[in-house]
Amino acid sequence: MITREYIITSAQGIHARPATTLIRLTKSYKSVICIKRPDKIVRLNSILNILSMAIKGGETVTILIEGDDEAIAAKAFDQFFNEELKAL
Amino acid sequence: MKGIGVSPGIAIGRACVIKNSKAETTGVLLNDEADILANINLFDEAVHLAIHEIEAIKQNPDLTFHEEDISILDTQIEFISDPQLRDDVVEKITTEKKNVSDALIEAIVNMVEIFRGMGDEYMQTRSADIQDIGNRILKHLIKSKSGFTQAFEPGTILIAEDIAPSDTITMDTRNIAGFATQIGSKTSHTAIIAKAKGIPAVVGCGDGLAVIKDNDLIILDGLTGLIFINPEDKIINEYNCKRDTYISYSNKFKQLKDVQSITTDGTEIKLLANISNADDLEAVFDNGGEGVGLLRTELLFMNRDSFPTENEQFGFYKKVALQSKGKPVIVRTIDIGGDKQLPYFDLPVEQNPFLGYRAIRICLDRTDIFITQSKAILRASTFGDLKIMLPMISNIQEVRQAKILIAQAKQELLQASISFNASIEVGIMIEIPSAAITADILAKEVDFFSIGTNDLCQYTLAVDRMNDKISHLYDPFNPGVLRLINYVIQQAHQHKIHVAMCGEMASDPLTTLLLLGMGLTEFSMSAAAIPTIKNIIINNDTIKAKNIYNKVMAMDNSDSIIQFLQENTVQ
Repeated sequence: MITREYIITSAQGIHARPATTLIRLTKSYKSVICIKRPDKIVRLNSILNILSMAIKGGETVTILIEGDDEAIAAKAFDQFFNEELKAL
Repeated sequence: MKGIGVSPGIAIGRACVIKNSKAETTGVLLNDEADILANINLFDEAVHLAIHEIEAIKQNPDLTFHEEDISILDTQIEFISDPQLRDDVVEKITTEKKNVSDALIEAIVNMVEIFRGMGDEYMQTRSADIQDIGNRILKHLIKSKSGFTQAFEPGTILIAEDIAPSDTITMDTRNIAGFATQIGSKTSHTAIIAKAKGIPAVVGCGDGLAVIKDNDLIILDGLTGLIFINPEDKIINEYNCKRDTYISYSNKFKQLKDVQSITTDGTEIKLLANISNADDLEAVFDNGGEGVGLLRTELLFMNRDSFPTENEQFGFYKKVALQSKGKPVIVRTIDIGGDKQLPYFDLPVEQNPFLGYRAIRICLDRTDIFITQSKAILRASTFGDLKIMLPMISNIQEVRQAKILIAQAKQELLQASISFNASIEVGIMIEIPSAAITADILAKEVDFFSIGTNDLCQYTLAVDRMNDKISHLYDPFNPGVLRLINYVIQQAHQHKIHVAMCGEMASDPLTTLLLLGMGLTEFSMSAAAIPTIKNIIINNDTIKAKNIYNKVMAMDNSDSIIQFLQENTVQ
């Protein structure tokens, strides 16, 4: 399992648009991928669950990736959180 | 009451008010295991249909979407196919023996409450989205009760808060005389669909529309945006007359089909059409169009999962060429990027997509894409009078580079002994201010110009035409825009090359004489707009046009220009 911590760089946090992108990203890998905060952990395949976390800009979240393709998936998530998210 | 008239014509008829009805639970419980399985299946099927419905909207070639629209539709798909929602529904079906509709309604109610209860304002408003997707799935579960799929009485005027894109597609509009909606704008889906179907429509009427009840007598004027509710006989008579005049007017336009578009003092004007595929050509000739001023090629690249091959593209262009009756067809090379994305071509998200990696910029970078398209157009050029047009040109290097690539495409065809029109004309869109200002330079390298006013206006005025807050600044009558257009036309004449206009402005009756006065003789527009413009041309002369042009160019602001044009050009 790969664990990564990211700071949310989009001002509005994880709202509908980045959540949609995240889900589609997740679906493109076989690994089971979850998003975690001290109070809660949900799988990254449900927009309802992601939005219900109400993740805000500036917060830190943990992403957990487990599966055959976890290494490639982790790279894609690095790219998403470090680069793409701020434009969403 | 007044809204925004978006589709001209007068409708007089009885109101049918569509409310977003609240679904009620029935309390019917399931009997056995078989029922349970059947109900879970029903849910999965409804979800499948709801997703399919949205995919169909996304891929409807008649609707053009802003990036934002697509992302909203994508988010809706995620909501509908959400595994958590399914778990909740299945749980209610299996353990509580609820029927599928009840299970869905309750699951949605719970979810809406969770979101409403969240401290975050943004998340609170998402509860409306959840309600909406609940309704969408429910619509497919209880098909007969859905508002828009019902059959309407002849002469119905549909009153609604808004008409969702999916509804405008599934709705049977044959008996609908008009639409009126509370929200919406000139570019909303209701407007586009109504216009395409020739149904009078008024949008953006606001809360005032809520007073209308079923069977109220409604008069709706799709041009001025006026709506009368249960009006007096005097007004009904007045509008009956207006409606008859409008109908005879539009019939008269149809008779104009075979009338030559020539001014009273003998200047021939070419009226061309903007199309997206070969099927559009029929309407072009029905409306008296004399060729195609803009063939968009994006459709060819959309709704698929890889780039079309040279042969596939060739088939598309050949079909257009064969059906064009020997009239000229200007083929615009691919204009993707910006707000137009392809699922199989991964373009990075950009801060300013309209100022970004799009159109010719992609083609000169990914020369393989451009050469394939050029070869396909060249091959089809033996079947009709095709010309190549390059979009988003900002400098002469781009023109030269593109022409080298076209030469390379020709060379490859030669080597393969495939025939093509070796002297095919190559022109450019003038839609970037730098191109307009350097029209004298560019004219030396190309065979024709086509002025794209929508982007030219947006780039010249630094106004995002999709941004409501500044939409009043998106003003094609701004003297700066008019001067640029005028300059382009003069330079084209001086260098003896063709110049046409294919933007929105070419179909605006207010500008016809002004553009004529500038010396423009080729106008390209949607097929439906051709008769209106032709009617202006055949009833005026170039001396009047020149006078209007001289007066307008001396004016210092668009308000005066618009007022003057209204007084002097509309008959």
